[in-house]
Amino acid sequence: MSALARLLAAIGRAVITALAGVGRVTLYATDAVSHLARPPFYWREFGHALVQIGWLSLPVVGMTALFTGGALALQIYAGGARFNAETVVPSIVAIGLTRELGPVLGGLMVAARVASSIAAEIGTMKVTEQIDALTTLSTNPMKYLTLPRVLAATLALPLLVAVGDAIGIMGGFMVGVGRLDFGPGTYLKTTIDFLETWDVVSGLIKGAVFGFIVALMGCYHGMNSGRGAQGVGRATKSAVVASSVLILAANYVLTEVFFSA
Amino acid sequence: MIELTDVHKAFGENRVLRGVNLTIESGTSMVVIGGSGTGKSVALKCILGLIRPDSGEITLDGRDVTKGDRDAFLARFGMLFQGGALFDSLPVWQNVAFRLLRGSLKRPKAEAREIAIEKLRRVGLKPDVADNFPAELSGGMQKRVGLARAIAAEPEIIFFDEPTTGLDPIMSGVINELIREIVVEMGATAMTITHDMTSVRAIADNVAMLHDGVIQWTGPVGEMDTSGDPYLDQFIHGRAEGPIEAVR
Repeated sequence: MSALARLLAAIGRAVITALAGVGRVTLYATDAVSHLARPPFYWREFGHALVQIGWLSLPVVGMTALFTGGALALQIYAGGARFNAETVVPSIVAIGLTRELGPVLGGLMVAARVASSIAAEIGTMKVTEQIDALTTLSTNPMKYLTLPRVLAATLALPLLVAVGDAIGIMGGFMVGVGRLDFGPGTYLKTTIDFLETWDVVSGLIKGAVFGFIVALMGCYHGMNSGRGAQGVGRATKSAVVASSVLILAANYVLTEVFFSA
Repeated sequence: MIELTDVHKAFGENRVLRGVNLTIESGTSMVVIGGSGTGKSVALKCILGLIRPDSGEITLDGRDVTKGDRDAFLARFGMLFQGGALFDSLPVWQNVAFRLLRGSLKRPKAEAREIAIEKLRRVGLKPDVADNFPAELSGGMQKRVGLARAIAAEPEIIFFDEPTTGLDPIMSGVINELIREIVVEMGATAMTITHDMTSVRAIADNVAMLHDGVIQWTGPVGEMDTSGDPYLDQFIHGRAEGPIEAVR
């Protein structure tokens, strides 16, 4: 009996810890967003965050999209050939990229690149008392550090996804035309004819949500970093793991919502 | 005047402050001494509101520090952090002028830079370090920049958290002297926490010793050597034997 009680207690503890974590993150997110309505807004920090999160993520997101588009074209050709439907390659590549793979893979790559660097930077600031110093200099760390980053990521990710979509479709086009004997004109025409606005827009909305998640997790884990190098290391790892898992979970929920709509 | 009345603070099981009572008169320099981990920094951060005490009251000029306009409250303070806590993404002059570049004390960039360079000169640094980044400076120079930042907005109250830790004896002497001079010429109220006895003698008007979560002894620096308090005696003479248990 006592073994069973211990087991239940352990499960209970884990559940309570997890729920408390969700609560803390929710409060943190609400607090961060509430600062939008309360000046001052630090434009310089926001601009800097846009460059760091958006502009400098272009290469990695572009490469990911390019190779994914190419591989997708090959896979769909192989699958389509089994029931003589090779001609669907261009439209499936476009739909698959814009609705699903563009935002998800883009989000995950940005999570690896950005959530880690935000968590490490803010975590180091916390460990070296720079966050306390900010407060004593009458500057709210939430306004100065968190809000600009969260806002920049939420706005930059949809743009990154849009660029990624275009590059990914080009990857599919290159493989389709170079390897699979599609005519360039036919490939483009099929892509355009079957792609709907909502395919693209739903992917961009996903991108915005993923951007919010990435920056929020980076900031949250950085601000709650433990002491020393080990603390910062753990915060960085948690930020990447949490944002990746949350992106995949949010992706399912959003797809479910968009699918029913 | 800063007044702490029966301040308690625990972190989980660890009861760090167990009823701290301390008064710092305006325009005087109080040095709080005590071993590592006795809660000196916690007490200081409680006054600034960086840590919320579990119970007790902290007042500044008779008003509760947790109530009222936080910005106006913090604008009265300057603080030198133990490791400097300089923002490594900003050049030295922007660190010093941080408060002057944003918020209620904001002024034109050129003027803020001029003030920053003036403050850097006050702490013995040449104007050409202004455009360096903190990581390019030595420990002693970083401390000086931290000091310049603490005094940049002419605060009424300045806190110094272990100002000489990690510095060589000569640089420690220089920093002690600077602190003393600045506090006197600005007429500021100062609170320093340290376990460097040379600092204590150089900076303090009054001394308070924190041990076991309470103020064990407090009085003018001149009476420190003749207090007869066994805890204080052991500490200022650095004896391994005595009422304070040293972990070996």
